[in-house]
Amino acid sequence: MTHPLPWTRAEVEALLPDDAARAWLAEALADAACVPTAPPTAPAPYAADTWELRFAAAGRHCGHDNADAVRTLLLTEAQAGPETLTRLYRHGSAAERRAVLWALPTLVDGPHALHLVEDALRSNDTRLVAAAVGPYTAVHLDPHAWRHAVLKCLFTGVTLDAVASLARRAAGDGELARMLTDYAAERTAAGREVPDDLGRVLTLTGEEPKEL
Amino acid sequence: MRIFDPHIHMTSRTTDDYEAMYAAGVRAVVEPSFWLGQPRTDPASFYDYFDALLGWEPFRAAQYGIAHHCTLALNPKEANDPRCRPVLDALPRYLAKDCVVAVGEIGYDSMTPAEDTAVAAQLQLAAAHGLPALVHTPHRDKLAGLHRTLDVVRESSLPVERVLLDHLNETTVEHAKDSGCWLGFSVYPDTKMDEDRMVTILKTYGTEKILVNSAADWGKSDPLKTRKVADAMLAAGFGEDDVDQVLWRNPAAFYGLSGRLRLDVPKPEGLHEGNSVLRGGE
Ligand SMILES: [Zn+2]
Repeated sequence: MTHPLPWTRAEVEALLPDDAARAWLAEALADAACVPTAPPTAPAPYAADTWELRFAAAGRHCGHDNADAVRTLLLTEAQAGPETLTRLYRHGSAAERRAVLWALPTLVDGPHALHLVEDALRSNDTRLVAAAVGPYTAVHLDPHAWRHAVLKCLFTGVTLDAVASLARRAAGDGELARMLTDYAAERTAAGREVPDDLGRVLTLTGEEPKEL
Repeated sequence: MRIFDPHIHMTSRTTDDYEAMYAAGVRAVVEPSFWLGQPRTDPASFYDYFDALLGWEPFRAAQYGIAHHCTLALNPKEANDPRCRPVLDALPRYLAKDCVVAVGEIGYDSMTPAEDTAVAAQLQLAAAHGLPALVHTPHRDKLAGLHRTLDVVRESSLPVERVLLDHLNETTVEHAKDSGCWLGFSVYPDTKMDEDRMVTILKTYGTEKILVNSAADWGKSDPLKTRKVADAMLAAGFGEDDVDQVLWRNPAAFYGLSGRLRLDVPKPEGLHEGNSVLRGGE
């Protein structure tokens, strides 16, 4: 089951600063919309479609604060499948990769884009880690990797508000509770603060906190 | 005092450097892609490097309150290795990225035909992508290299006002200034300029269109050279406004030609509190 897009076209248009940006968006979306109906071409190793270049340049034309929304909308308009998403992720800057991650729940029905989530979770860039723990991950990531993702958020300072379906997935997870308790013990032993979020997710597991 | 280091290889530097640079007034850097000391043998090594300059390094710099942009190119030394040449074909998709503010550093190393081809092709790429170009002058046979560089620039469709000639010195400054290009000086121990010679050049040629950088990298170098030049300028009687022009406004104007420069990096909270992001790797 796919999720609705985080931003609708009307919402994105309302975000844009001026008519020039809105005109740019209209053109870019029209360009992207041609992709699903265009006859298939052998993917050239280096050349990018114009809509893919627009995907890269979105922040400069629509404002950097709106780039996530604009890029996600472009991906949907192009009906980008796992192959295109993988290429855009691999060729993308951190901001472009984040947009691909945002679009996963809308565009990919099934676990075959998990390699992108796993790549982002291997990074140490908090912008990517935060985008990698969204609804797509909540549905598809296996329990072991998901627990490590939660721990990585605590470790790198990503708020657990970013983790989709946190309560549902944490409930009854005794192994997560053990990992959290151990991590808290390690922090305490080193004389360091235990992150507030840790206690919150430990409570969500419903497991007894062991001498925190 | 605000400082913009227009040429520094932060990939080779530590977080201590970032901290010291911030304390010295550095708020913006441009990192040109270049040779890593160890020759690469595969285009994919370049792509990982470009990705680091577009992703990880700006993220790292932002943790220390410094805006990070980059210039991308196939450098002259490795342009001589046919195994690396496919990088030229892949550059267009990288030059579309937000943080890329010029093509560079390009130029000559040993002045070979392969270098001729790479310089000319990349000047065209700059023109086609609305980007200026950072062109270094060679370490060996510098003056002849400068002449050849200027010939290729004039043959290209990139106007001289969009070219920064770097690693200049006393023997090349006059000719470079006559060309109408922007003038870059690297203050780098032993092999390039030093602070006092830099001040003499500024006294002789003025502060217009002159940029000063540390070119700090994996060699014996100093990421605080920009600040040291600023101090030497003040000690020699230059005013605060002259310092600001050379060490901030000039680099901001040159790289601003790209239309992609963003200098508004907010100072991160907890900069010195050892938070987990700053702690880095697991
Ligand atoms: Zn350099």
